[in-house]
Amino acid sequence: MQLSPAKLTILKVAVFALALVPLARLVAGALVFPEWLGANPAEFITRATGDWTLRFLLITLAVTPLRKLTGWGWLLRFRRMLGLFTFFYGVVHLASYVSFDHVFELGEIIKDIIKRPFITVGFGALLLMLPLAVTSTNAMVRRLGAARWLKLHRLIYVIGPLGVLHFWWMVKRDLTEPVIYALILALLLGYRLVVKLRESCAAPATVARKPA
Amino acid sequence: MLIKRPNDILPSDITDLKFYQRRREFMKLAAAGSILGASSLLPPEAGAQTAGLAKLNAAKSPLSTVEAPTAYKHVVSYNNFYEFGTDKADPAVHAKNLKLKPWTVVVEGEVKKPRTLGIEELLKLSLEERVYRMRCVEAWSMVIPWIGFEFNQIAKLVEPTANAKFVEFVTAYQPEVMNGVRLPVLEWPYVEALRIDEAMHPLTIMSVGLYGEVLPNQNGAPVRLVVPWKYGFKSGKSIVRIRFVEKQPKTAWEKAGPNEYGFYSNVNPDVDHPRWTQKRERRIPDFFASKQTQLFNGYGDQVAKLYAGMDLKKFF
Repeated sequence: MQLSPAKLTILKVAVFALALVPLARLVAGALVFPEWLGANPAEFITRATGDWTLRFLLITLAVTPLRKLTGWGWLLRFRRMLGLFTFFYGVVHLASYVSFDHVFELGEIIKDIIKRPFITVGFGALLLMLPLAVTSTNAMVRRLGAARWLKLHRLIYVIGPLGVLHFWWMVKRDLTEPVIYALILALLLGYRLVVKLRESCAAPATVARKPA
Repeated sequence: MLIKRPNDILPSDITDLKFYQRRREFMKLAAAGSILGASSLLPPEAGAQTAGLAKLNAAKSPLSTVEAPTAYKHVVSYNNFYEFGTDKADPAVHAKNLKLKPWTVVVEGEVKKPRTLGIEELLKLSLEERVYRMRCVEAWSMVIPWIGFEFNQIAKLVEPTANAKFVEFVTAYQPEVMNGVRLPVLEWPYVEALRIDEAMHPLTIMSVGLYGEVLPNQNGAPVRLVVPWKYGFKSGKSIVRIRFVEKQPKTAWEKAGPNEYGFYSNVNPDVDHPRWTQKRERRIPDFFASKQTQLFNGYGDQVAKLYAGMDLKKFF
């Protein structure tokens, strides 16, 4: 399936608007409709932004497998936007923790990050996203060169598991949700591994074979 | 208690709940109304904001805090009752299926007169309204106008022996209506326990109601424990069995996470949960966790003596 530039633009605007819906819901809940956020609005916001960070991370990681399976090359044009939304929701998530939970007490926050493994891991994941966000522009890709840029952006394969681990360790008892995220992540990373293994096995024998 | 207060007035009688919750809005509107001379800006007639469950009469108590109670809607919609699911919105949805009739509480163990008490008998004990702070181990808190009776009234009925060193509280186990017990999140039935002197303390109550009405199911109907100086999970819900025992029982949360949930679990800002600080708390429905948590949840004057000479960091 091919997409005309006009259609691509419309689709991009639509995806952008859609990606802002979770944020809009939180802002509206905080300012106008308190019943949307329930008895503990701060916790609701922290959880929701954390959830959406992980969801966008998985959606971003799904772009390449989907593109390969469907042959829709234009999907690649959405990857940067989705990756940046992952980072964006991650930053809002951190901001809600810093403000609502710790009321900006920097000393306490630093202690918390060092002392508690689930926070260390989550903070680490967000920190690793920073260079990816910074180098997401076309100019930066050119400056780094495609090979180095690609290498740097493989950090996402570390960030993904760290993000899921953060969620896993945070949960008090019921692991259902983190397990679901972990399974999807395993599927998305496993796909890449399988493709890679197949390519390296198949390459010497049949050079002309199409990638899976 | 020497201090007797009139036993027929509840905060809910004095100020209608809805009105009370909207007091600031009301003041603003009233001010605006007086300026504009427009009385139509006043809120429409204030209706009841509780669920309208059966009313309970209870005497007021000098042990109540004067802090403003958390809105009824929050008290009944934000609950930890894992038997009905681990999300805090779950109990309000699923606990309506809890089978309340008939309800009996077996009181047994190291006692001279073991009894099986029907809920009807318990409701005949002398009830008081106790407005208590409730601090959850998850670093949020509420103020709840409970109705209940001191646990020591039960002890009087069964006469504990000298061997009774601890009291174990067992929650109802109804797998046919409790969707949460299908997962081995905790060991079911839920078990909590207190040292005998903690249980006998006048602050420790068995609650049968809140906000002037019987307990909503999600809050632990028809009878639950309330120990205001300990983290909320110590206050077992929907109690069916009370056992006086000699040895310190293993509680559900101790079994689930011994390094995170101690037997005592007294509210203590200096003993962090391994995964978060206990220094501060968020008073529902505030955004910011700007309240400093108090040792023994602010009940130190009454209960600190129970722990004289104990290392509270070791016995957390």
